[in-house]
Amino acid sequence: MDTFSLAFYALAFLIIAAAIFVVTSKNIFHSAIYLILALFGVAGIYVLLQAPFLAAAQVLIYVGAVSMLMIFAIMLTARIADDSIRHTNEQVGTGLLVSLGLLAVIVYSLWQTPFPISAAPMPEGAGGTIGRLLLTQFVLPFEIVSVLLLGALIGAVVIAQKDKVRGVSEPPNTPLPKPAEKVAG
Amino acid sequence: MLELDKLVKIIGDGIDAGISALGLGPAWVVLVQLIVAAAVVLIFASLVVLFLVWWERKVSARFQMRLGPMRVGWQGTIQTIADALKLLQKELITPANVDRGIYFWAPVVTFVAALAVYVTIPFGKGLIVRDLNIGILYILSITTFTVIGLLMAGWSSNNKYALLGGFRSAAQVVSYEVPMALAVVGVIMLTQTLSMGEIVAQQQKFYQWYIWRQPLGFLIYLVAATAECNRTPFDLPEADSELVAGFVTEYSGMKFAMFFLAEFLNMFTVAAVATTLFFGGWNGPVLPSWAWFMIKTLLGVFVLMWFRWTYPRLRVDQLMSFAWKFLLPLAFINIVLTGLGIYIFKS
Repeated sequence: MDTFSLAFYALAFLIIAAAIFVVTSKNIFHSAIYLILALFGVAGIYVLLQAPFLAAAQVLIYVGAVSMLMIFAIMLTARIADDSIRHTNEQVGTGLLVSLGLLAVIVYSLWQTPFPISAAPMPEGAGGTIGRLLLTQFVLPFEIVSVLLLGALIGAVVIAQKDKVRGVSEPPNTPLPKPAEKVAG
Repeated sequence: MLELDKLVKIIGDGIDAGISALGLGPAWVVLVQLIVAAAVVLIFASLVVLFLVWWERKVSARFQMRLGPMRVGWQGTIQTIADALKLLQKELITPANVDRGIYFWAPVVTFVAALAVYVTIPFGKGLIVRDLNIGILYILSITTFTVIGLLMAGWSSNNKYALLGGFRSAAQVVSYEVPMALAVVGVIMLTQTLSMGEIVAQQQKFYQWYIWRQPLGFLIYLVAATAECNRTPFDLPEADSELVAGFVTEYSGMKFAMFFLAEFLNMFTVAAVATTLFFGGWNGPVLPSWAWFMIKTLLGVFVLMWFRWTYPRLRVDQLMSFAWKFLLPLAFINIVLTGLGIYIFKS
């Protein structure tokens, strides 16, 4: 086996093992850590495919931002990491159906893609090309994603704000004494 | 001239010849060369940290009109070695209620991330382990693992102070990473490359340094980078007066030392990146290139120490609003100005 295959199989094993641990782990914090490992493994695959820009972006965005926010949310949620909390629900049938459907779509699209092998040398600095395409040919999807993220951001602010207002106006579990009782006392 | 690039080339060729003579392929040559380079970087990093710890103690002492360490060696120079030996001998205590796996790996992740950055830092002419064409982006992305390590430490310690430290570091780093990356974007727009080697090559003359064209970008970088290494006035993750020692509260011995090493390495990294991006890297007259790099970087480190022993700590809410309401808009303004400048001077 040549070094490329060796590295590929090692990375593939790492990613799949980590991904299995993500879903089977009893503790949600462990799941998050294994998810980071899996995402880092994917960055390794990008490096192997000579797409270093993509690899760095993968680490920067998924490990640096997305996973970190996930961990942050986990740490902020009280007792979410307790082993007693279930991580599954009753909808096994629906879940199976959806995941099999997704698998079918992925397999079909892999089957249909020709994967042409180009003899041209690797372009130096793919970052420039990616940037140019994002702002010309793919500007519409790029902007739609931005608007979607902005919507999510505003939604998060609204949800957090509502909690805050409610917390101020009616503190939980401390019923105020009625004026009549106060007078009587 | 005392340039080291010839020496590096001789060693590299020697390994090449030696491994090839053993009848092994080119992959093995690269592997052995990288292992040797990694060992050299590790030794260099340890020496740098030994020096920085002593220097920080001396600087802080001088700022407070004390003498600092004086007993071990001349001016206490080998005090840090004595301290390191003490730390090595200490018992590794694992508290009963920690999450063992994560507790064990947290210092490793933090330390490896701090060290991995040194792959793309140009220490001098020909002194770069790998001049990746995504150099600066690689540094920005690898440093995020440091925070993952801190979060793992904070969560697994099962201690409220450690957890609070972890929270704070997550919030802080996520916030300050954005202006820092945007400040770097300003320089990248001018250099048109991400490679650290090429960025240095573009700043051979004093007037070509990017600090002159990116003064605002440099200031944003400096503030955000100080926050990224968790140093005062942004040292909330380990604010000793409120949180004991933050995320390192439950760590002892060598595990504690690894966090400590990582912190000082990060400080050196920040200064080294600033040197490369804004101050011409290893370019300079008369002295050999690596000496210029070290002089500029250590000056940067001194500025960080100066901050630490001069400014009081910020409050958490001040910290967050400063990042999002002041630094981030400023970084955007910097990018727009840079774009305008490029547009005007190109046409």
